[in-house]
Amino acid sequence: MIHNDLIPLMVGVPLAGAFLNALLGRKLKGVPDLLGILCTMGTLFLGFVMLRLVNAHHVLLFEVGNWPPPIGIAMVVDGLTVFMLLTVNLIAFLVVLYSTNYMSRYTQKWQFYSLFMLMLAGMNGVIVTGDIFNLFVYLEIAAVASYALVAFGTERQELEAAFKYAVMGSLGSMFVLLGVVWMYAHTSTLNMADMAMVLRDGGSGEIVLLASVLFLVGFGLKAALVPFHAWLPDAHPSAPAPISAMLSGVLIKALGVYAICRLFYSVFGITWELSTILLTLGTVSMCVGVLLALKQWDMKRLLAYSSISQVGYIMIGIGIGTPLGILAALFHLFNHSVFKSLLFLGSGAVEYATGTRDLRKMGGLARRMPLTAGTSMAGSMSLAGIPPFAGFWSKLLIVVAAVQAGLYGYAIIAIVASILTLAYVMKMMRYGFLGNLPERLKGIKDVPAMMKLSMSLLALICIAGGLLLLPQVRELFLTDASKTFKAGTELAFRIMSEVR
Amino acid sequence: MSRERDPGMSLIVKTITRLTVGLILLFGIYLLLHGHLTPGGGFAGGVIIALSLVHVMLAFGKDKAFEVLSVSGAKALEGIGALLFLAVALLGLAWGAFFLNFVPKGEVFELFSAGTIPVSNIAIACKVGAGLFSIFVALVIMKHEPTEKE
Repeated sequence: MIHNDLIPLMVGVPLAGAFLNALLGRKLKGVPDLLGILCTMGTLFLGFVMLRLVNAHHVLLFEVGNWPPPIGIAMVVDGLTVFMLLTVNLIAFLVVLYSTNYMSRYTQKWQFYSLFMLMLAGMNGVIVTGDIFNLFVYLEIAAVASYALVAFGTERQELEAAFKYAVMGSLGSMFVLLGVVWMYAHTSTLNMADMAMVLRDGGSGEIVLLASVLFLVGFGLKAALVPFHAWLPDAHPSAPAPISAMLSGVLIKALGVYAICRLFYSVFGITWELSTILLTLGTVSMCVGVLLALKQWDMKRLLAYSSISQVGYIMIGIGIGTPLGILAALFHLFNHSVFKSLLFLGSGAVEYATGTRDLRKMGGLARRMPLTAGTSMAGSMSLAGIPPFAGFWSKLLIVVAAVQAGLYGYAIIAIVASILTLAYVMKMMRYGFLGNLPERLKGIKDVPAMMKLSMSLLALICIAGGLLLLPQVRELFLTDASKTFKAGTELAFRIMSEVR
Repeated sequence: MSRERDPGMSLIVKTITRLTVGLILLFGIYLLLHGHLTPGGGFAGGVIIALSLVHVMLAFGKDKAFEVLSVSGAKALEGIGALLFLAVALLGLAWGAFFLNFVPKGEVFELFSAGTIPVSNIAIACKVGAGLFSIFVALVIMKHEPTEKE
């Protein structure tokens, strides 16, 4: 374990980008694009630097203002953190590349980038912070920015979706805040590592159980697990395409899945009951999401329901709790970020060219937009789990992990859901890109260069993503992340002993 | 009757406002500058400074208030406040830690003490004051907004 000064920059760089944009971007035309690309490139680079450091030292620690924890705020970077940081910032960078062209259709580009950077700062903050109240604050930064971004088009439907999202999201945040309050009252500390130590020394009781439920509901709302999913199918399709990609690709994972993992594995310590709850929620999400996706005709809405279903897969992997299950869940998390962003960007490209999201009004777009069709095909195949695309390997691993753990029922449900996934993906490809080109769409052109570049890069990751499982590469990226789960509350002990 | 010629409220309100608004502003500044010594600070000070502007707008109408602080001025001030706060935090990083209080702390209970805290307070006051004023403007005169934007 070493101290590292780079960690606060993960939050500082996007924050600076957001406010510089607000100050300069209004007057100078090229500034928003440039700042957006530079900031996300910077955070992505920092992510890679931290990956190197974590591989060598396992845990990086930073004390804000030189105040030692548990009094001061600590920022902690371990394998899981750096895995999430790289996923989030990679997607953010590619989405910004796409936005440089796509957002030209909207006025007020600087507002878009300001909010985007704030959301990114919030997500990075949630991931790196080691303080539970700090986590709530960053959660709110990211969430409030995302409410505004969903409403960015300011059409009636978008405003309605944003309002619904804001109400549900605030409700979720309140649950989290209430959980934080109970935990603070019970343990007298807000530092997560210190809290874990207090709980381990016999501090657990009914209040901890209550707080666990509150956190599960609050973060479950952010992750759109099934009983709490109602806002997602409205909010994600209504946002501009790059924001749909960010929300479905990384926001629900950074704010929902990551926070659940961090709290229940590293602070509370996972128990059999909790794993069962996660498994059940995951299975229900997976089935409900896939069944609802089947009957959608709005391309983005279909993808939004698919996100609910795929988060279910991730939760099953985490609920299984064996090293292989965790590894599979993390790998699927990464894959889902990539292919779902790609598909949302693809649907944005289709909307950009044809002006519609209704699958019944499309058809034969592959002839007019070959690159969009090709990249969307790669994303779809990865989503449906067709070998050799990355999604196949992660789904396979989840099923294998379930079988190894003796959970045959879950394995069978996962396979059936995967077949249904193939069905709705085929529906999307069949009605959207294959078939006959309607008369109305004869004159459309493929999208501008930067959008193509971004989609091609994502498609490339979809195809080559399976390589992450090669032993040497896995050691660097995935194994370190899954070690965090294995260490559990032991991590807290290491951090606190280092501090003292 | 006199509304068309003269925006704002009645003569009584205007007179009272003219007398009190300076005091309100002064109280806001006092809370802001003594943030590290007494209860209050950047947020409370910023809110009260914004309220004095809101007061002017209610009593004299929007044009008078925009003479003091225009909407674009408020937006710029908000951005500057946030950047100043971030700059203080990042400067601390150059001395060894994010948010490190790198300026000498001085004598306790003196006005010029506590290192970077007063600077951060001023930054917060800029951000909060300008932000609150913008929100008020946006809520009160929505019709005015589209002309302000490009």
